[in-house]
Amino acid sequence: MIEVKSLKKSFGTNEVLKEINVTVKPQEVVVVIGPSGSGKSTFLRCINMLETITDGHVFIEGTDLTDKKTDINKLRTEVGMVFQQFNLFPHKKVIENIMLAPMKVRKVSAEKARVKGLGLLRKVGLVDKAEAYPDSLSGGQKQRVAIARALAMEPNIMLFDEPTSALDPEMVGEVLEVMKQLAKDGMTMVVVTHEMGFAKEVGDRVLFMDGGLIVEENTPKELFDNPQEERTKAFLSKIL
Amino acid sequence: MDFRWDLIVEYAPLFLKGTLLTIGLSIAGILIGTVLGLFIGLGKMMRKKLWALPFKWYINFFRGTPFMVQILLIHFAVVPAFLDTTNAILAAILALSLNSAAYVSEIFRAGIQSINRGQMEAARSLGMTHGQAMKYVILPQAFKRMIPPLGNEFIVLIKDSSLAALIAAPELMYWGRAMQGQYMRAWEPYLTATVIYLVLTLSLSSLLSLLERRLATE
Repeated sequence: MIEVKSLKKSFGTNEVLKEINVTVKPQEVVVVIGPSGSGKSTFLRCINMLETITDGHVFIEGTDLTDKKTDINKLRTEVGMVFQQFNLFPHKKVIENIMLAPMKVRKVSAEKARVKGLGLLRKVGLVDKAEAYPDSLSGGQKQRVAIARALAMEPNIMLFDEPTSALDPEMVGEVLEVMKQLAKDGMTMVVVTHEMGFAKEVGDRVLFMDGGLIVEENTPKELFDNPQEERTKAFLSKIL
Repeated sequence: MDFRWDLIVEYAPLFLKGTLLTIGLSIAGILIGTVLGLFIGLGKMMRKKLWALPFKWYINFFRGTPFMVQILLIHFAVVPAFLDTTNAILAAILALSLNSAAYVSEIFRAGIQSINRGQMEAARSLGMTHGQAMKYVILPQAFKRMIPPLGNEFIVLIKDSSLAALIAAPELMYWGRAMQGQYMRAWEPYLTATVIYLVLTLSLSSLLSLLERRLATE
């Protein structure tokens, strides 16, 4: 589904990703953990080309992102992304946030987009907020809207970039709950997070990144209970 | 000091004509200046430095030289070079538009660049093209932030239009000066002009704050 082959990314002379090789299978939930500055967000952002790729290849369902002939806009409709800072459109109501891309990109009619949007809002428990503006929502509600907005494009893959890091602690649960449901429904997911509980419960595989490399990868149980690498042990001892 | 209300009454039709022309010049300047300003602002934001250069120097020129010089140059040199004759109203509209375009372009650029990068990323991650993201996500938000500085600029433009009197465009200030010349009195013509300019600028700013309130999202 996602195939990352010797991916390298530099900002100027700063080499953020040194050599990343990952394969994500359909319906798999891959959780990426690691210290800040380890390149995990950059890795995620390379998967839908929010960052230009310096070297290497990323294949999404067989299509090479780095191929100049690839229609990146079309590819992005298959890959939903949820950001740490939500990035809802503040000038649009919640329902309009969700309807915008299906209408403009997929050319869906307003009525169809609204029905679909309300359905998604029901799914994330926010149907009563459809006509509200994002500024009036709590952080947890904003992030659930952001998830619904990404889902409206019916993506095959969802990327989560520290979706709960900007939330007050009591709001983390409601967002994780939505993500768990999504995983249960069979969505292919790559999640950068510090929520180890989520990683253990939902993750099929955990990647530990440090210094632009994947230091260790394993099932959550193995990686958390029986880490092999010294750096993994050091990191886990600090956060668990 | 006696204040000659009767002279103002006598000049009222001319002040009215002048005010209408002032409004006309200002509206033309605002409309043309804004459209041109958007274009120049986009030009200056082009990634390729060399392509952005002419737009940068356009702004340098019109921001860096006095408006009085610009309007005289356009009236006595530029317009005759093309039309073989002078045309005060055309020259005034040209000068006001070209001058305000320089300021509007910078307001436009600042408005766009003030929008968080995450907005563009979110729009692009949903599959929108750069153009769609601009049109539906960035520009509507930027426009809201541009209203207060644009209001400033439009007020400056209304006031600057008084310099069209120098090239004998018969706007408000032109008739003020004519009245002073005819009756050798200063208070009556210039206080009248002051009040009319104030009414014009205050009307514009209340119009803009109305617009701002209508675009508010809590």
